[in-house]
Amino acid sequence: MQTENKINPQMEMAPPAANIGVRGWLKENLFSSWINTLVTIIFATIIYFIVKGILTWIIYSADWQVVSSNFRLFFVGQYPLEQLWRIWLSLTIVTLLFGFTAGIWKGTVWKLTIFLSIVFLLITLLPFIPLSAKLWLVINIISLYLGYFFINKLPKNKVITVVGWFLSFPIILILINGFNLLAPVSTNLWGGLLLTILIAVVAIVVSFPLGVLLALGRISKLPVIRWFSIAYIELIRGIPLITVLFMAQLMVPLFLSEGIEINNVIRVMIGATMFSAAYVAENVRGGLQSINRGQFEAAKALGLNSVYTMAFIILPQALRAVIPAIVGQFIAMFKDTSLVAIVGLIDLLGIAKTIVANPDFLGKQMEVFLFIALIYWIFSYSMSFASRKLEESLGVGERY
Amino acid sequence: MLQEVKEEMPLQEKKDIIICNNINKWFGKLHVLKNVSLTVKQGEVVVILGPSGSGKSTFIRTINGLEEIQKGEIYVDGINLSHDVADVEAIRKETGMVFQSFNLFPHMTILKNITLAPMWVRKWPKAKAEEIALNLLERVGIHDQAHKYPGQLSGGQQQRVAIARALAMQPKIMLFDEPTSALDPEMIKEVLDVMKELAKSGMTMLVVTHEMGFAREVADRIVFFDNGEIIETGTPTELFDNPKHERTKLFLSQIL
Repeated sequence: MQTENKINPQMEMAPPAANIGVRGWLKENLFSSWINTLVTIIFATIIYFIVKGILTWIIYSADWQVVSSNFRLFFVGQYPLEQLWRIWLSLTIVTLLFGFTAGIWKGTVWKLTIFLSIVFLLITLLPFIPLSAKLWLVINIISLYLGYFFINKLPKNKVITVVGWFLSFPIILILINGFNLLAPVSTNLWGGLLLTILIAVVAIVVSFPLGVLLALGRISKLPVIRWFSIAYIELIRGIPLITVLFMAQLMVPLFLSEGIEINNVIRVMIGATMFSAAYVAENVRGGLQSINRGQFEAAKALGLNSVYTMAFIILPQALRAVIPAIVGQFIAMFKDTSLVAIVGLIDLLGIAKTIVANPDFLGKQMEVFLFIALIYWIFSYSMSFASRKLEESLGVGERY
Repeated sequence: MLQEVKEEMPLQEKKDIIICNNINKWFGKLHVLKNVSLTVKQGEVVVILGPSGSGKSTFIRTINGLEEIQKGEIYVDGINLSHDVADVEAIRKETGMVFQSFNLFPHMTILKNITLAPMWVRKWPKAKAEEIALNLLERVGIHDQAHKYPGQLSGGQQQRVAIARALAMQPKIMLFDEPTSALDPEMIKEVLDVMKELAKSGMTMLVVTHEMGFAREVADRIVFFDNGEIIETGTPTELFDNPKHERTKLFLSQIL
């Protein structure tokens, strides 16, 4: 019954050689006519002056001492020096799990592992980094590669890794906050990149499942669930994030009985999560709508109930289709954490502003803002890179 | 061997597995099924013919509840197709369906496509589900493609996988909704061959198709639909060689 078309091997030909070399490429793309040549020359000149100006400033004019003497502030804010090991230990837990993940799934995570270790190594080599920090950085580099090489020697490696990631969440919170197990560190001492990442991670991790549920709620046949989801999504999307953050500050306490106080950072996390969930929901709904009706029908016809249909057939395809949009939302959320300065938290941008306001560093805004821009960019680009790779790896078999 | 079983026991003595009583359906104000009644016996192969828009696809989709009816009643293997989800799901376990556009799950391998429903609906262990799946793939002639994705297969191969997927649930009835209409001519035969083999094995089949050769060769009975009504039924010989209704004559003269 097999129908295979055998092609005569002599008929098959390699595609024509497209090798025209660098010179050929230049001629074709930049100097193909006198107008193109003129445009190329003009723009090359402009680019030359811009790049030259920037590089000259970075290398000769800028005074990077403002960054080096405040290095710790940028990363952890006012977190007490003698408790800093807790942050380092948290980071080590994350790098170890990252190494595990890279060991199991290789590919993109492995590339990010290499990138991460290079960044750690570069920081270690900076002259102004104190010895203890260098030691911790080296430990982190080791834990990355240790995780990578040893996870596959363990039984049930996937279970360990997934459970590890879940457990890391409360463990890190306990480490950072202390609660009653360790010396408590008040949240108003949390700051800098640490605070930015904590808020962003909570908002991203929690808003994703919430957003999926809201999207399913919005297409639900049950009117109460549907109307609640629509009302929630449209209400939140109609309000700026700053307003949501203010409301979280003022209104969350109203819902709690007296005596229970939720601290400032948690309230901001709730606000950011609620905000992000509404946008994730709309992205996911877009994905759900892109799924052909035939997929629902085929699942129904096989006797799959609606939960199985969603879990196995519809959501995997819908989420894959909207990875770029969802990651875009996550990147936006990461950058939007800079708005928490408005409600009195000192995140990465908050720290930058305090440093700039310090009379010792008068007129050094350029250096400070360029530095934090670089940090924001590294994180955002890593997310975008990972999302692109994730899409590629999930696209298997579909385009052929 | 199964062919012999069929000869031994005349169709008249077999039990009615599908009973449709005066079913009616409207899309908005459009009356698409008008008092359709049809009874199918176990092991019978019924081919449904008719012009586009005559309601034949809609009719076949009412039998497993993909389209709801507004009036009338449907019994499948003794179960009344009501609005109760449990009844609908019970009927869907007993009926397999093959679609015009295959509707394979593009994000799963062929093997997973086939084993998903047996594992989660029938609750079979993975090993059993996979064994049955591989046997079915062998039967439809593509056992070597089990670990590929649907997008890597030709249309004819995809439709054969879709048939295997439906059969994996071990249904008592198979519904075919224009299974060859989206295929290139050279791939139609490979799908029809599988369907013929299935008919010979004694499966109850309802087939909406435009393949007259298949209808004449395989059908026990042909039902002619027009404008939402059954206007003529009969054996292939009766209907093709001696159509009674004017509309049937016109339809056949245009396609034969």
